[in-house]
Amino acid sequence: MIKAILIFNNHGKPRLSKFYEHYTEDTEQQIIRETFHLVSKRDENVCNFLEGGLLIGGSDNKLIYRHYATLYFVFCVDSSESELGILDLIQVFVETLDKCFENVCELDLIFHMDKVHNILAEMVMGGMVLETNMSEIITQAEAQSKMEKSEICAFLSLCRPLSFSVPDRTGRRRPGLLELQHAPYRPSRT
Amino acid sequence: MALKIVKGSIDRMFDKNLQDLVRGIRNHKEDEAKYISTCIDEIKQELKQDNIAVKANAVCKLTYLQMLGYDVSWAAFNIVEVMSSSKFTYKRIGYLAASQCFHEGTDVIMLTTNQIRKDLSSPNQYDTGVALTGLSCFVTPDLARDLANDIMTLMSHTKPYIRKKAVLIMYKVFLKYPESLRPAFPRLKEKLEDPDPGVQSAAVNVICELARRNPKNYLSLAPLFFKLMTSSTNNWVLIKIIKLFGALTPLEPRLGKKLIEPLTNLIHSTSAMSLLYECVNTVIAVLISLSSGMPNHSASIQLCVQKLRILIEDSDQNLKYLGLLAMSKILKTHPKSVQSHKDLILQCLDDKDESIRLRALDLLYGMVSKKNLMEIVKKLMLHVDKAEGTTYRDELLTKIIDICSQSNYQYITNFEWYISILVELTRLEGTRHGHLIASQMLDVAIRVKAIRAFAVAQMATLLDNAHLLTGNTQRNGICEVLYAAAWICGEFAEHLEDPMLTLEAMLRPKVATLPGHIQAVYVQNAAKLFATVLQKHEGETDSQAAQETSQLLIDRLPLFVQSANLEVQERASCILQLVKYIQKLQQKNVEVAEEVTALFAGELNPVAPKAQKKVPIPEGLDLDAWINEPPSESESEDEKPKAVFAKEEPKHSRSRHTEVDEKELARRREARKQEQANNPFYIKASPSSQKVYDAPGVEHIPVVQIDLSVPLKVPGMPMSDQYVKLEEERRQKEKADKKKKEKKKKREKRGKGRKGDSGPESEEDITPAHHVDIVTEEMPENALPSDDDDKDPNDPHKALDIDLDKPLADSEKLPVRTHRPEVLKSPAEDRDDNTIPQETKKKSSKDKKEKKKDKEKDRKRSKEDKKKKKKHKDVEEELPESLPEEVVQSEETKEVAVPPTSADASDLDFWLSSAPVPPVAQVVTVSSSAAAATVDSSSAAAAESEPEELKDTEPDDTKSSKHKKKKQKKEKEEKEKKKKKRHHHHHHHHSDAGAEDSVQNGTVEDEEPLPPMSNYSLLAENSYIKMMKEDADQVCDIQGNHQDESKVVVSVIFENKSDSFLKSMEFNVLDSLNSKLQRPDGAGPHDGLTVPFQLPPGVSNEARFVFSVQSIVMPQKLKGTLTFIVKTDESSTHEKLDFKLHFTCTSYLITTPCYSDAYAKLLESGDLKGSSLRLEGVNMPFHHLLARICFHHHFSVVERIDSCASMYSRSIQGHHVCLLVKSSDQTVSIDAKCDEPSLLGNVLDEIKQTFSKC
Repeated sequence: MIKAILIFNNHGKPRLSKFYEHYTEDTEQQIIRETFHLVSKRDENVCNFLEGGLLIGGSDNKLIYRHYATLYFVFCVDSSESELGILDLIQVFVETLDKCFENVCELDLIFHMDKVHNILAEMVMGGMVLETNMSEIITQAEAQSKMEKSEICAFLSLCRPLSFSVPDRTGRRRPGLLELQHAPYRPSRT
Repeated sequence: MALKIVKGSIDRMFDKNLQDLVRGIRNHKEDEAKYISTCIDEIKQELKQDNIAVKANAVCKLTYLQMLGYDVSWAAFNIVEVMSSSKFTYKRIGYLAASQCFHEGTDVIMLTTNQIRKDLSSPNQYDTGVALTGLSCFVTPDLARDLANDIMTLMSHTKPYIRKKAVLIMYKVFLKYPESLRPAFPRLKEKLEDPDPGVQSAAVNVICELARRNPKNYLSLAPLFFKLMTSSTNNWVLIKIIKLFGALTPLEPRLGKKLIEPLTNLIHSTSAMSLLYECVNTVIAVLISLSSGMPNHSASIQLCVQKLRILIEDSDQNLKYLGLLAMSKILKTHPKSVQSHKDLILQCLDDKDESIRLRALDLLYGMVSKKNLMEIVKKLMLHVDKAEGTTYRDELLTKIIDICSQSNYQYITNFEWYISILVELTRLEGTRHGHLIASQMLDVAIRVKAIRAFAVAQMATLLDNAHLLTGNTQRNGICEVLYAAAWICGEFAEHLEDPMLTLEAMLRPKVATLPGHIQAVYVQNAAKLFATVLQKHEGETDSQAAQETSQLLIDRLPLFVQSANLEVQERASCILQLVKYIQKLQQKNVEVAEEVTALFAGELNPVAPKAQKKVPIPEGLDLDAWINEPPSESESEDEKPKAVFAKEEPKHSRSRHTEVDEKELARRREARKQEQANNPFYIKASPSSQKVYDAPGVEHIPVVQIDLSVPLKVPGMPMSDQYVKLEEERRQKEKADKKKKEKKKKREKRGKGRKGDSGPESEEDITPAHHVDIVTEEMPENALPSDDDDKDPNDPHKALDIDLDKPLADSEKLPVRTHRPEVLKSPAEDRDDNTIPQETKKKSSKDKKEKKKDKEKDRKRSKEDKKKKKKHKDVEEELPESLPEEVVQSEETKEVAVPPTSADASDLDFWLSSAPVPPVAQVVTVSSSAAAATVDSSSAAAAESEPEELKDTEPDDTKSSKHKKKKQKKEKEEKEKKKKKRHHHHHHHHSDAGAEDSVQNGTVEDEEPLPPMSNYSLLAENSYIKMMKEDADQVCDIQGNHQDESKVVVSVIFENKSDSFLKSMEFNVLDSLNSKLQRPDGAGPHDGLTVPFQLPPGVSNEARFVFSVQSIVMPQKLKGTLTFIVKTDESSTHEKLDFKLHFTCTSYLITTPCYSDAYAKLLESGDLKGSSLRLEGVNMPFHHLLARICFHHHFSVVERIDSCASMYSRSIQGHHVCLLVKSSDQTVSIDAKCDEPSLLGNVLDEIKQTFSKC
């Protein structure tokens, strides 16, 4: 089981939090802080596993994380998940985001948390891995966006266009998350 | 113009969407909280509007704020509103918000049930998908109960997208509503072989998750998973299955044996590291489970260790980490194989990655031996010096102590060395583990007598240099060792060279800065030392020295008398008065040493930590009984005298024993443990229990690092390194001595062959330097065996420990929403309803009650029996198409025919054993094709049934012991005489598994046993083989899904009649349009099915084949062939045997219980068409007649009055068949009704045929 999925940036600002067990908002924030504290002090070239934090349950749990550019993707899982499998799942997740947002960067996640949630929902459901095939995830996510658009467009074509392009007013180059490639353990593609 | 207005209003509605909110928050970095609070106010306004788009927008923003830690539960109702929007866009926003902030305590959740149900059945798959996803996050027991059936239906949805989500969410439903597990499990199992890989993987996921918690219930699925493992190419699925096998093997070592080969193949073939790693892990689990029995798996161990070495040597830190992790598992059972990689593991200690170093430390724990302990610890000590960061250093410290103290100091050969290691460890500034070192010092000093002199000398030096340890803070944990030092010096003062010096050191003013409990020990032991000094100076003419000592104490103790710590104060004032008195005596030249020493005389032995717990409670002692009269209710808390001293507390609790709640107990236990930890007379159970875990938040306390450029060295203290050298020399010497001795011996016995004296030093060769007398822990007499550790009673998975192989009872069906009251009344209702059956009316209520009791008992008993029988069904799993377990309805009939002995050699066993099953002792032998022919004697008993009440369906006794049965029969007869009305129901089915609610058959008057019946009829036979087909095919229908093709299972017994070995049997049938043999995916329509076993001479075995049937109204015949190879010593020949499979209409009927009220309604409904049949010359008792109909034609008796009975059965496609059977003289008339006339006609024909045969 996956107990929680957290995404936060290098400063510990949460970009997405999904808990598959109920915690109060305060505990959730504490867990995010604690996880950030544990993860952020680790060097870049050490292993991606951490024996669990204290708040999010027990000795059975592990933190499995990956660091992409400015973001940490942390999965808290119990012993029924394969460590390397989860690492690959994170990679699949980020690659999917990359496809859906076209060169994804932190700003995309900041402004479109809901969309990230929707993509995640196609991969993990209630703490269990639902789908690992990237093209299937993208197909389903896009079909739903299309449906959304067809519903909204009739109504909203009048007002501001609902575009998912990132409002990047500064014109800075957006450092994509996937510039740092990770070696896959690849259970997904046989 | 109008457009403009619309645009304007829409614009206003959306004056802030999610992006604007995020942007706003980013622009208000300084006053974020204030900004957000204004936003929340805006959101509240937006939520008040009627426009759903505005509301959805507001809810979307709330979801974002929730992530930032704001409580948004106040908007729960609005979230429900948005969820119920008809637009997918808003619905999704609503469900997302709900999944983020709803939980079991959210009260509006109960409003969602119908909305969710509506969404689940929405024609749009994404509505359903979104509802499922949301539900998976906030499902409550109520939702689970109400929606379980809807979700179960979705498991067979046409779209794989929905199927996989529905399958996955079932796990959550099971957790919240455990009753749903059994009804849903057959379908879940079916999904394991879903054509869509996503659905399949979801099903594997759910079952793995279930099985991980209660593996024994899923053992019977092993063959199916094994098949999946060998056939699947999806690595995600493989990983899950392989992990699952890792959990199953400890329960069934034979499974492990079977797994090793395919796993080894996978290890060799796969390129996916993740899969490789999981394979290795499971092989390790297998090896662990086998380690007790089979030593012969060294190849597999070598393979694992070798693969792990590759992982550890990899530059990828993740692989390195996992490699070490897996290695530590091997270590437990095969330490030798790991020890050869010591170099690699020591190398990992130098890794820059702390996680890896910690894993390597774990491994070291198991790798030490007498020989290498000193070397390893020396290396660790170097690391302690180098370590940066207290966490890792503390970890090292605990590991050093763990390693040394493991299994009762098994590997320590030189305790002087160990003591000096402990003393060296005291140099660690700021460690939290001072008390750990202290307890080790105490433990060693107490239990190793030989070391006391040395230990005391060391401790004296420590005390003398206490200022180096205490440093500047009280928080410094290392000062705990002074506690041990003081106690050791005092207790074993006779070993002190200069007690006076130590006494002086213990009474320094600086001691007053130590923590109270340490001061207390100081004071107490100062008194012990005082006694020793007195004794030393006794007899000397000059009493000056003794008097000086007294004076020293009198001078210094007042400092402690003023202590704020009660314990210190009390002890100090006691001792001070004592010394003053002694001084007086000394001045009178009275000899006091003897008396003073007597105060502290006596050896204190260590007591095992569990000792107290193990004192057996004397007979007749009831600890829960009140000692005094219980206090009256009115005695309130405040009336109770308030305890001034903490020590009074236990007194109160003793008199109010039962009121002590769990928390209090836990607290006390903790306190007691703490006390024991500090008490030298308690010895910890195992080194692991000494581990102290970080308290939350400790890490945030800044620890000031004191950087000492030169390692702290206590003057005059030997360094442990010296011992390493000394020990080396000692061993060399010993070895040399031994060699000499051996040479001598050799000279004496030259002929005895060489002994490898050049070989490596073995463990046993190393003798300890001292005579080590490790005092064992004391235990009380009559100690009870150790207690089991309790499982966590709050674990939600405990509720899911459910036997899944047990057939489903009617009462277990998932609640379905209906508009009308259910037709089938529950048996309980029925029984209490006094309007319906005439017979129950007559019965006294007392009788009823007794019946109920009996029933309950029976149910329990039959459950047990069912467990035994469950293995029967596993045969199905050998078939390519596994069947859902609803087969159980016909279970009763099916199992009757199974020879009882074959139950012992269960099918799982058969699957697990590579050799064929031992021959079945009582093979069914049928010479004619008659359906009712001879059957072994025990199944004759099976058919025997007894008079009974209508709805009493449970078998009274299901034990198959014949002896019991006979006895019961006698009893029964006696009872019968006494009271004719009160019949005890006897039903000697061996395997009545499905009978829980099925109605049994029989008559009132007759005692005559039924003739034996069998369902097996000869199918075909030749000189090599005989095939027998079970006449009553098991039929299964898919619950609530009648439009699907129905499945029929045919059991065939293959009996080898020849002297040759039969193998490669292939079963094939020419499919008709209506009936098809189910073949595995990918097989052509004319391919045969391989029979999953081989037959040695004289052996028979049973295989089951699944057929799918479309129309069931007509009987059918299918032509088939069995091909097989006859293998003799010289040759092997191909042979074949043709047969005809006859599917009667009867075989499509399922024995289904029906209650009389429902039955009456059914007949009244008028949907049924009638037909009738007359049988002449039937010469058998009525109950035999009924039993025959029930047995051969799958009917159940609904009601019976004298020689008239109503019977019911149901077809696999849901047709109702009702019979009214009347018997007078030798004529039997059967009036029948059914909603399908042609089916009814055929069934009646078949009934007629059955009776014409006898």
